[in-house]
Amino acid sequence: MFSLVTFIPRAIVQSVPLLLGCVGETLNEKSGSLNLGIPGVMYVGAISGVIGSFIYENSASTFNPVIGVIIPILACMLGSFLMGLLFCFLTVTLRANQNVTGLAMTTFGVGFGNFFGGSIIKLTGAEVPSIALSATSKAFKASLPFAGKLGVVGKLLFSYSFMTYVAIAIAFYTAYMLNKTRVGLELRAVGENPATADAAGINITKYKYSAICIGCMIAGLGGLYYVLDYASGVWSNDAFGDRGWLAIALVIFSIWRPNWAIWESMLFGGLYILYLYIPTGTNFAMKEIYKMLPYLVTIIVLIGISLRNKHENQPPEGLGLPYFREDR
Amino acid sequence: MDKSVKEPLIHITKRKMISKKQEWAIRLGSILLALIVCAIITTITTHLNPFSVYASMWEGSFGSERKIWSLLKELSILLMISVALTPAFKMRFWNLGGGGQTMAGVLATTTCMITLGGKVPSGVLIIISLIAALAAGAFWAFIPAFCRAKWNTNETLFTLMMNYVATQIVAYFIIIWESPKGSGKIGVINSSSQAGWLPVIGGKQYLLVVLIAVIVTVAMFIYLKYTKQGYELSVVGESENTARYVGINVGKVIIRTLIICGVICGLTGWLLVAGTDHTMTTTIEAGRGFLGVMVAWLAHFNPLGMILSGLLLVFMSRGAGEISTAFGLNKSFGDILTGVILFFVIGSEFFINYQIHFRKSHRKEAADV
Repeated sequence: MFSLVTFIPRAIVQSVPLLLGCVGETLNEKSGSLNLGIPGVMYVGAISGVIGSFIYENSASTFNPVIGVIIPILACMLGSFLMGLLFCFLTVTLRANQNVTGLAMTTFGVGFGNFFGGSIIKLTGAEVPSIALSATSKAFKASLPFAGKLGVVGKLLFSYSFMTYVAIAIAFYTAYMLNKTRVGLELRAVGENPATADAAGINITKYKYSAICIGCMIAGLGGLYYVLDYASGVWSNDAFGDRGWLAIALVIFSIWRPNWAIWESMLFGGLYILYLYIPTGTNFAMKEIYKMLPYLVTIIVLIGISLRNKHENQPPEGLGLPYFREDR
Repeated sequence: MDKSVKEPLIHITKRKMISKKQEWAIRLGSILLALIVCAIITTITTHLNPFSVYASMWEGSFGSERKIWSLLKELSILLMISVALTPAFKMRFWNLGGGGQTMAGVLATTTCMITLGGKVPSGVLIIISLIAALAAGAFWAFIPAFCRAKWNTNETLFTLMMNYVATQIVAYFIIIWESPKGSGKIGVINSSSQAGWLPVIGGKQYLLVVLIAVIVTVAMFIYLKYTKQGYELSVVGESENTARYVGINVGKVIIRTLIICGVICGLTGWLLVAGTDHTMTTTIEAGRGFLGVMVAWLAHFNPLGMILSGLLLVFMSRGAGEISTAFGLNKSFGDILTGVILFFVIGSEFFINYQIHFRKSHRKEAADV
């Protein structure tokens, strides 16, 4: 039976990887980089975290939940940071084409995730049948103890794991940073028109590198959340699916505003699982049509913003273009 | 002159000219370097001898006549999608929707084969399904092209999203037509009557596909290089304003070019269903829409060059398939190696287009004065 009280929390749980991926991609795009490698970065982030916690779980004699959470997060951030660095090096320093680099990164990242996910046990010689990081996952999933006692309100607001709140905080902070601080203003200038920003004395390379690397680290956390929290620490190849692309779609849907992305990621999360709740009976085919909805609304938004042509709703003007000072 | 002016250590300028020899030396050097890095990665992660890994990759691609034919088939399909995307890229229209446009062709062909199979002669069915596939591919490309031409909608993201819409529509029809019921697959279409299957010519199942790919590639080379339309689209790519100034109808060129893209993608989809696979799955396109972007870009949008860049990527993926079975590795290992090679080749473009000048040592300058 359809009940909002069970539906909304599940939509929110779905929304966290999308939100983190979206905020990361927004930071990238605001610096003028259309990073199509985000799906790959999220895979790498996820598997780096998994490797970190796999080694910790299998080597530590007693499992300390705090260390068990910190290690995968650090490993994940390191992995996705390196991916970001690679993207920066190729597109900013070597001025390679962003779309091609991004697609290559996605190929690499998905392959990297699936390869290590599928063979880490063989490679480390551990004596476990499959990757099931139950202890780590339990630590990740810990929610506020009093949430259960507050009834519906507790379930809707306080029943989530800490990373859900971290994701929302990151989104709010990014929105604040972009719109209300000097750093954000300068970053937006870099993305809109790097030549002008350069003339104003802003260090383009520094801004692009920081935005892309930090963005990738945030996106990587989305992958980590998916494996260690949503999937209960069980890695299965390709399970993450097309969420990385959905996160890129979400950037458009939120019109490059991380604070809007919070609500819209929940909407996407809802749309993503809506097919489970719509009573189609035995008509399984219709479920496939419902899965199309997030992409369809993104296309409609994309056409809509180009139709209305309002300046503040447009993609950053320098999006996708490499910058070379001596070009005219 | 003021001596205290700080000169940067590295100064980068755009190269004016580079000889073809130098260009290829840089490119081959980067591939060689990539293969060395791949060998190191292989040794570290799997403790296998990289030479035996490469040897079995070679074996997997060229080991037998059957393997060579299947390599040629893979190359042909990938080549067709890359060639299809090329005119759009030359126009600076980022068509990332090659996959979706191919899926549209796949779906149209399947629809014709399932609904008309047995009702019309096989030859007629082949022609009907071809026309349907071309039209479907063209339609799928027309939608983003129209929005871009009319309202300047961002085509990169639009075409990207269209892929998933196409995939979901295909998933919908797979469930409608699934056979046997509940299997989630539609199985081989018209397996007994072979209605709508492309004929096997010369006793080789894939010869027809290879021939069509060769014809399309050469035709595209000629179209881009020697026709007025090919010239127009490259003018639009260089500068839309210039194109407008000289009287080119930019919107018309965008839509026309994308319809050509879509038609070739539709043709590819038709070949996939009627010619090689005889079934429809959601993964039949197998990421070639994205791979085609890289193939086209690596070849600098020269259709003939794409034969080489396509061969490199197909060789990597087929070879990786072989090593995964030979050494009991996960088959994704090939994606890692492909990724590494791509990074190196992408990076090498910088050294082709730009020149690095290091700061001259001051002692020498003083001597010059």
